[in-house]
Amino acid sequence: MPDNHQAQLDELDREIILATQSGLPLTPQPYHTVAEQVGCSTDEVMSRMQRMLDDGIIRRIGAVPNHYTLGFRGNGMTVWDVPDEKVRECGQKIGALDYVSHAYHRPRHPPEWNYNLFAMVHGKDRDEVMIKVEKIAELLGADNRGHEVLFSSKILKKTGLRLGGGPN
Amino acid sequence: MDTIDRQIINQLQNAFPICDRPYQVMAESFGISEQELIERIEQMLEQKQLSRFGPMYHAERMGGGLSLCAMRLPDDQFDRVCEQVNSFPEVAHNYARDHKFNMWFVLATETPERIEEVLQEIEAVTGYPVYNMPKKEEFFIGLKFEL
Repeated sequence: MPDNHQAQLDELDREIILATQSGLPLTPQPYHTVAEQVGCSTDEVMSRMQRMLDDGIIRRIGAVPNHYTLGFRGNGMTVWDVPDEKVRECGQKIGALDYVSHAYHRPRHPPEWNYNLFAMVHGKDRDEVMIKVEKIAELLGADNRGHEVLFSSKILKKTGLRLGGGPN
Repeated sequence: MDTIDRQIINQLQNAFPICDRPYQVMAESFGISEQELIERIEQMLEQKQLSRFGPMYHAERMGGGLSLCAMRLPDDQFDRVCEQVNSFPEVAHNYARDHKFNMWFVLATETPERIEEVLQEIEAVTGYPVYNMPKKEEFFIGLKFEL
């Protein structure tokens, strides 16, 4: 499904999203708790969330580990210049690696920015990230026409992605 | 963090069930009680081993806009521009990175059209170009972050 595909959401869907976007209730019957908050039946909440999951509006339900707190102190944004016609093939290869959390095809901005494939690489420290980056370079072979690793030096702002643009 | 916590983190990156007692269902696979699973998740959230727990929504498919943007700023302009960029509520995350392109932020807007408007507003107020790098395709192979 293309990323610009937009599903139709009604008011109740939006209320369910608002009630759960900061997390699923930690109660024995979490969907029942949501149902009480938005004023509908538990079955309605479950079937709507299942539909949103099937439609890809919900990517998945689960835990998001904090790489940094869990000891993965090296997190590098790696950027690659690969032939445009092979970006999908290269992206799938990189995305399948267990130390890569996200891989995206993004536009180039020549001449200043010639990279078209991004991948977040995680390791215990920066040295480990660099070793993994070399592995990726080997994996891509001649398709890799250049790459760099951009480490973050500071978080300047971090808020959740919120529906409704309310305060975080 | 013990073995069960690690199992929970590994396992809960996969699909959490939609059913009447989902914690009960998951707890059985770890050989612990429903209440213990809930408490462990609570504790891992408090200690920030988990950054969140619940449904992850796909911003673009909810009708909003999302993009990664980068700027190349001289060192002596960085703090001023940072303050201006961060003042936009549409700027969700912003990271300094060790590179000529030294500022990277994520824009999240109510509508896709709004991305371009915000970019232009940021360029106007800061006086520096913004490089828009929305994803064209995602190679999302699910999370498989093993502890």
